[in-house]
Amino acid sequence: MEKSYAEINAKIKSGKAVVLTADDFVSLAEEKGLAAAARQVDVVTTGTFAPMCSSGAFLNLGHTAPRMRMQKVWLNGVPAYAGIAAVDVYIGATEVPEDDPLNTNYPGEFRYGGGHVIEDLVARRPVRLEAVSYGTDCYPRKELDTTITLDDINEAFLFNPRNAYQNYNCAVNLGSRTIYTYMGMLKPNLGNAHYSTSGQLSPLLKDPHFKTIGIGTRIFLGGGVGYVAWHGTQHFPSIQKSPDGRDLGPAGGTLAVIGDLKQMSPKWLKGVSFAGYGASFAVGIGIPIPILNEEIALYAAAADRDLYAPVVDYSEAYPSRTPGNLGYVSYAELKSGKITVNGREVPTAPLSSYPKAREIAGILKQWVTEGKFLLTEPVQLLPSPADGIAAKALKG
Amino acid sequence: MAPKKIVLRFGPDISDKPIIYRLVKDYDLVVNIVKANVNPQKEGTMVLEITGGQVEGGMNYLRDQGVQVQALTQDIARDEEKCIMCGACTAICPTGALYMERPSMEVRFDGDNCVVCHLCLKICPVKAMEVRI
Ligand code: SF4
Ligand code: SF4
Repeated sequence: MEKSYAEINAKIKSGKAVVLTADDFVSLAEEKGLAAAARQVDVVTTGTFAPMCSSGAFLNLGHTAPRMRMQKVWLNGVPAYAGIAAVDVYIGATEVPEDDPLNTNYPGEFRYGGGHVIEDLVARRPVRLEAVSYGTDCYPRKELDTTITLDDINEAFLFNPRNAYQNYNCAVNLGSRTIYTYMGMLKPNLGNAHYSTSGQLSPLLKDPHFKTIGIGTRIFLGGGVGYVAWHGTQHFPSIQKSPDGRDLGPAGGTLAVIGDLKQMSPKWLKGVSFAGYGASFAVGIGIPIPILNEEIALYAAAADRDLYAPVVDYSEAYPSRTPGNLGYVSYAELKSGKITVNGREVPTAPLSSYPKAREIAGILKQWVTEGKFLLTEPVQLLPSPADGIAAKALKG
Repeated sequence: MAPKKIVLRFGPDISDKPIIYRLVKDYDLVVNIVKANVNPQKEGTMVLEITGGQVEGGMNYLRDQGVQVQALTQDIARDEEKCIMCGACTAICPTGALYMERPSMEVRFDGDNCVVCHLCLKICPVKAMEVRI
């Protein structure tokens, strides 16, 4: 059985496409068998809603009279990078105000950062814009202090260099004091374990070999429509193996995504604060997977019990970049609320919202079913585990 | 006299000491345990209603034992609009007042089990947990 993108799109247009969320596809494959599920279903929708650092937005602020070549720019007090052109800036998700107390009163709160600025913009809340410059013959103005809204400025597009991590560490703390990390607060002596993917609903866990998700793939991004722009930074896809050679599911892939901020929603783009760590941004992403053949169906049918996360100690191993882990746990175990690490029972909690991931997969399913969202064949596929890209270490 | 409502928080070393017995016996207090979360070798919490003439003495005794004592005058509430149901608070909340419903993985808040420890206020990434006085 082989289906083409064109055939699936023709079915979508005529309202005949069979679309299932990844959750439901897993159940269908279990019930009816893979071959039948693959024949019956055209599109499987995935979803994830989680903190995703390496996010931000390009804004073109428009020109004042007289003109200004903005050299330094602040949005609600948060510095935006202005070294691009006269009025183009990039507001990064993890940037914090220059007067933020940071970790001086440990653990710091990091109440407001670049992600919150983007959320405020998308929510159509007014944002204070301050800029300074040295003045030139063609751009004489030296200072600006005004207010903007998303509708007042020319372009605003989200461009997140690394999102939708294929898989992620399950973080624990083997040390004797509470630590505050980007994986949340970790209590000492294996007090808790935090993980951060939506398991069987998570986009890249359902396409381990990057057979369908590539450059140009149309996606749900922040409540609107977006596209995969490139592979994400630190894209090192691989298939995890147990010591006895068993397949433990994929890890390491990432996506760079892009989309018009003006059609997104503050419901699916949220500034977040991690006590003691910093500010970040929760992004909602959903990706449709065309069931082109049985192999792709097999990957899309991977269940929580087939997909594993490595358990990593964040008190010592992670900060010191010591390789290895404390073993693997399946997403079925993680979702059960407890796992066993070093012979001890440890309560688990996610940082990635499963109810929101399910909602995203549901919205995307609805868009496709209603015929308003067609699938795109990638312009180019992304590097896959077969390419064996490895992370480089920075000397210093 | 209206009973005084307090929260006790204590380390694993206190969990097996007869502190309540001492409050009753040595300080002549009437103690009503509203809720208790005590496990051997773990941190524990307790909410008490106390009446009697020597409340202050009893409180000082508890503090001397290394128990954190706090009057319960606040209420914690969740802003349902803000909560993104991530779950990050569910393995932190010491009493299970914030907990995950399975298999839906929706996060629920049961104020009756809250001991106002403020941990969720500190760690909730979207600041959905609030103090109401
Ligand atoms: S940490 Fe905050 S947002 Fe997440 S589930 Fe708890 S209350 Fe809701
Ligand atoms: S204040 Fe928050 S963390 Fe503490 S008991 Fe109440 S709900 Fe749980």
